[in-house]
Amino acid sequence: MTDTTPDSGAGPRPINATTDAVRKSLSRRNRKQLILQGLGIAAISFAMLMLVILIGSLVSTGYQAFTQTHVELEVYVDPDEISEDNLPRGGFRDVLSDSMGQYFPDVDMSDRVAAREVSSILSNGAQFTLRDRIVADPSLIGETITLNVPVSDPYDQLAKGLVKRDTPEANRRLDDAAIERFDRLDELGMVSKPLNTGLITNADSRFPELAGLKGALVGSFWALLTCFLISFPLGIGAAIYLEEFAPKNRVSDFIEVNINNLAAVPSVVFGLLALAVFINWFGLPRSAPFVGGLTLALMTLPTIIIATRAALKAVPPSIREAALGVGASKHQVVFQHVLPLAMPGILTGTIIGLAQALGETAPLLLIGMNAFITSAPTSPFDSATALPTQIFIWADSPERGFVSRTSAAILVLLTFLIFMNAIAIYLRNKFERKW
Amino acid sequence: MYDAPTPRHSDVQETHEIKIAARDVQVFYGSTHAIKDVDVDIEDKTVTAFIGPSGCGKSTFLRCLNRMNDTIDVARVEGDIRLDGEDIYDPDIDPVQLRARVGMVFQKPNPFPKSIYDNVAYGPKIHGLATTKADLDEIVERSLRRAALWDEAKDRLDAPGTGLSGGQQQRLCIARAVATEPEVLLMDEPCSALDPIATGQVEELIEELRRDYSVVIVTHSMQQAARVSQKTAFFHLGNLVEYGETGKIFTNPEDPRTESYITGRIG
Repeated sequence: MTDTTPDSGAGPRPINATTDAVRKSLSRRNRKQLILQGLGIAAISFAMLMLVILIGSLVSTGYQAFTQTHVELEVYVDPDEISEDNLPRGGFRDVLSDSMGQYFPDVDMSDRVAAREVSSILSNGAQFTLRDRIVADPSLIGETITLNVPVSDPYDQLAKGLVKRDTPEANRRLDDAAIERFDRLDELGMVSKPLNTGLITNADSRFPELAGLKGALVGSFWALLTCFLISFPLGIGAAIYLEEFAPKNRVSDFIEVNINNLAAVPSVVFGLLALAVFINWFGLPRSAPFVGGLTLALMTLPTIIIATRAALKAVPPSIREAALGVGASKHQVVFQHVLPLAMPGILTGTIIGLAQALGETAPLLLIGMNAFITSAPTSPFDSATALPTQIFIWADSPERGFVSRTSAAILVLLTFLIFMNAIAIYLRNKFERKW
Repeated sequence: MYDAPTPRHSDVQETHEIKIAARDVQVFYGSTHAIKDVDVDIEDKTVTAFIGPSGCGKSTFLRCLNRMNDTIDVARVEGDIRLDGEDIYDPDIDPVQLRARVGMVFQKPNPFPKSIYDNVAYGPKIHGLATTKADLDEIVERSLRRAALWDEAKDRLDAPGTGLSGGQQQRLCIARAVATEPEVLLMDEPCSALDPIATGQVEELIEELRRDYSVVIVTHSMQQAARVSQKTAFFHLGNLVEYGETGKIFTNPEDPRTESYITGRIG
């Protein structure tokens, strides 16, 4: 027997009706929350996957550039070719060629073509290594010395397994005879693959086995230093004035809108501006890290101003009131209370702005920082490249050896970026205060 | 509206000099007329309480007395406010100098994120009240004693002021305010963020401070106004409705609005 009358059990009914409704909507709400969470996890996973692919591909192509194949030669420094009176000139190339000849008795080294083929195992830079060594110690003339020099790019590729031995000879960069010669040196135990310190200590070169990032690193350092010294004080000054002192009217609104717009202007535009103003009008030197720094400062300035204003705004008004209440003047409030409290935020914003500037390529291309320069700059006014433009140059180079070097350079750049971001996080955590 | 003390009330009131005289004060926030025609005389060595419902303008008026409203761009103050007969809105008066004479304690304890010592020493330092470290030490100790915080804080003067409990923080703020030897102390709901025990301590402190200062306190608690003040002003919708002896306001208000408020019908 069922009770169908609606108003039996009068008491708990309304409560049940509410809980039923809540339960129904609850499952819907929970489902929505699950979907949202799922989407979030999917987005993060996708981003992580892309990051892993990026780093993975960079490492897998770039790791080869962190080693460099070398050969160790016994070199007789022939006084007939190299004399003490004539340094640093001399027949270093011929001395090396003769030295190579002793390992290949079957090759007639008086045949220039054959001799050149044998010597091609050595990097073009080997003669300069020898020269530097002799110039540093002329008493070595007439002695036999041991010289450890890089091999040229094709043989380096061979040693790293990037030249496949089983491809038909015609499609290979090295013919069978060349591979055989290299293998003989290898059997003699002359070939080694040490860490490629040249990647950091050498400047750029036409030969991949000699090319390094020193010029780019020093150039980036000078450019970033210039950028920091200009944009940090200017940016903080502008932000303090706008946030704390400027009257709120149409002029300050106009300035604010323009600063926000500047932060969104494509960087290549700043490069054109710098080309027109700094180089053509002021007559500053082309390709100089100083000009690069000025250009990057133009870009970083809005970022720093916006970050600083946000940091100043985030200081609780109670602190300002407290200082005003004991009779501090406006500038005492700003410089003794607000600014110190805003400093972590300002520093974080500045470092992130500088990290952006470090990776910026387009404006530097326009002011000529993509020149081919084989020595590191000694001052901010010397011609130089920067890390991102060096990557650009290498990525554009036809030699096979630059493929791995490009990836290695990107890894170096990423290392610096991660380092700078780590500093930003460290500063934020260290100086963050609770109130 | 300005009643002389009546013998009916048990508080024995001596008449004090008038410290702050406000006449015809108007405050505008943009186009909002927040304070209308307020006339009030605040006496020296007296606790004056401002009561009234939220948004009635009592805090706004309090902030006129040390020109804290200057820091709000849209606020505009008209009328005449005199401290010891001197117009505080005179262009020759620097608000910095005024605020050294008229100290302020805020609703939420707001110590600087610095050490207890530096919190108290800050005012004397910027005003050049101490020439030597020993002088400064003495001022800090005296101020902390006056704020009844010395015993709790003397062993950790280098500890951050923000690490104290809420009640201690508020007493630190009072110490900071009295360190510059102000003549008037403005307190904007100083106990609203405190528990009853801390409130009791601050109220005792206010009673102490009355010996040396003129204290003006804004409060939402009518019991507090009744406990600590000798004079009470009731604000409603930007008007000063009634001002007089505290005892009279609470027992025999003249205006029906005052009566409604203290009996809980409006507010």
